[in-house]
Amino acid sequence: MNWDETKPMVSIKDVYKSFGTLEVLKGVSLDVMKGEVICIIGPSGSGKSTLIRCINGLNDIQSGSILVEGQEVNDPELNKLELRKKVGMVFQQYNLFPHKTALENVMMAPIRVLKHDKEIAQKAAIKLLRKVGLEDKVNAYPGEMSGGQQQRVAIARSLAMNPDVILFDEVTAALDPETVNEVLLTIKKLAEDGMTCILVTHEMGFAREVADHIYFTDGGLIVEHGNPKKFFENAKDPRTKEFLSQIL
Amino acid sequence: MEAFYEWFRILYEDTGINLPFMYDEYDRGRILNGLWATIKLSAICVLFSVIIGMVGAWLQGSPWKTTRRIVNVYIQLFRNTPPLVQLYFFYFAVGILIPRVENDWGGTSPLIDSFGWAVISLSFFAGAFNVEIFRSGIEAVPKSTIEAAKALGFSRLQIYKDITLPLALRVVIPSLNNNLVNLVKTTTLAYAIAVPELLYESNQIWSDNVNVTEMMLFLLVAYFVLVGILVWAMNFWDRSLKIPGFGQ
Ligand SMILES: Nc1ncnc2c1ncn2[C@@H]1O[C@H](COP(=O)(O)OP(=O)(O)OP(=O)(O)O)[C@@H](O)[C@H]1O
Ligand SMILES: [Mg+2]
Repeated sequence: MNWDETKPMVSIKDVYKSFGTLEVLKGVSLDVMKGEVICIIGPSGSGKSTLIRCINGLNDIQSGSILVEGQEVNDPELNKLELRKKVGMVFQQYNLFPHKTALENVMMAPIRVLKHDKEIAQKAAIKLLRKVGLEDKVNAYPGEMSGGQQQRVAIARSLAMNPDVILFDEVTAALDPETVNEVLLTIKKLAEDGMTCILVTHEMGFAREVADHIYFTDGGLIVEHGNPKKFFENAKDPRTKEFLSQIL
Repeated sequence: MEAFYEWFRILYEDTGINLPFMYDEYDRGRILNGLWATIKLSAICVLFSVIIGMVGAWLQGSPWKTTRRIVNVYIQLFRNTPPLVQLYFFYFAVGILIPRVENDWGGTSPLIDSFGWAVISLSFFAGAFNVEIFRSGIEAVPKSTIEAAKALGFSRLQIYKDITLPLALRVVIPSLNNNLVNLVKTTTLAYAIAVPELLYESNQIWSDNVNVTEMMLFLLVAYFVLVGILVWAMNFWDRSLKIPGFGQ
């Protein structure tokens, strides 16, 4: 591959995306280096989910360029399955496979997609479930777990593919306040272990604590970005200021 | 055993209720043959029609328009024409085009016999309904669940086999049950192309013995029991697919 670690792992340049006549992304650019944690915040409908779903090809884009480890995502020839082995994703609604136990949810993709040996996959899955603090839920079905537990299984499921970067789309937004922390803590540990993370979140305290860089989107544009200190204490754009004043 | 059989002969002599297949060895052979043929025909058609349903529903989700169109034409053709006409069409019209092969006693016989045509015709007939049944189940599977599988790098076929179909199956068993019950009842149409199934053999017996009333009653009871067994098996299957915390 023509990618070395001094270049951004994910490089988004001038991306435009519309659904029919609705323009959702109007020229978005951002870079993520290996090991970085970036947070995308912004009002509802500003295109945050749309943007990160473009990174693993769940959404296609009209123009612009998205490079993941030097590989162009906006290339009709691209093997999306290969791309998705490198880019993990965790969803707001967990989206676990309801007919599979926690263990099966975690080991399924390594077996099916990476063709790992079943025993090896199972060992790795148990280890991951232990890592997210769910060793006692190995044989539970999603319907038998709390939201926070399901979300941690979903994180383990994504980690099982050994991705280079993980996308998190408001992964605590559907959770009870009490369980938000257990999930945030899990993500924080990941970030500390050096996982490259792209997070869409409304948890400002969390963003401030773990992010290397914060992007603020509004109306399909990135209107402001910077490191957490600069972003929270020294926002320049009036839209950012207004948003922060409402939330903080 | 002999005494048991003899009891039916006495029953006939004393009351006139004539069930020759209980005391006459030759007629008993006929009924057992017929029963076996009906069970075989039903089982094979149930299996094939379910496979047709699963494959057809998969093809309906194909990215190629032509494939989808072919499946739709198939469904319309088999759903909107009488199964007896379909059976005749296969047996008489298509059967003529099929090469004959040498048989054990030096003559020639058709490559596909009447039993074979009944299997083909009835499987496609019930299969057309099964495609629609499975499609309705597939539509009930949340898109977000499928998206999660996509994001993990599952291929389209893997998603169908591992996620969509198992989840759809749990939704469609009641309607599948209905259609398969209909299929078992419809196997009696094979009588029309001289497949020696239960109705056909019973007809032979009532022609020889002039005991139409008794044979009709017997047929009603026999099919009632056969369908009952199918329904019981389907319910058993349904229960074995139940997942804690999921569905109803
Ligand atoms: N598949 C789609 N088809 C049509 N419109 C869509 C689709 N997905 C998103 N949109 C629209 O695009 C806009 C941006 O949506 P998006 O989900 O990216 O917003 P968001 O910033 O993630 O908001 P939220 O904070 O509410 O999740 C919205 O107006 C939404 O209605
Ligand atoms: Mg969103």
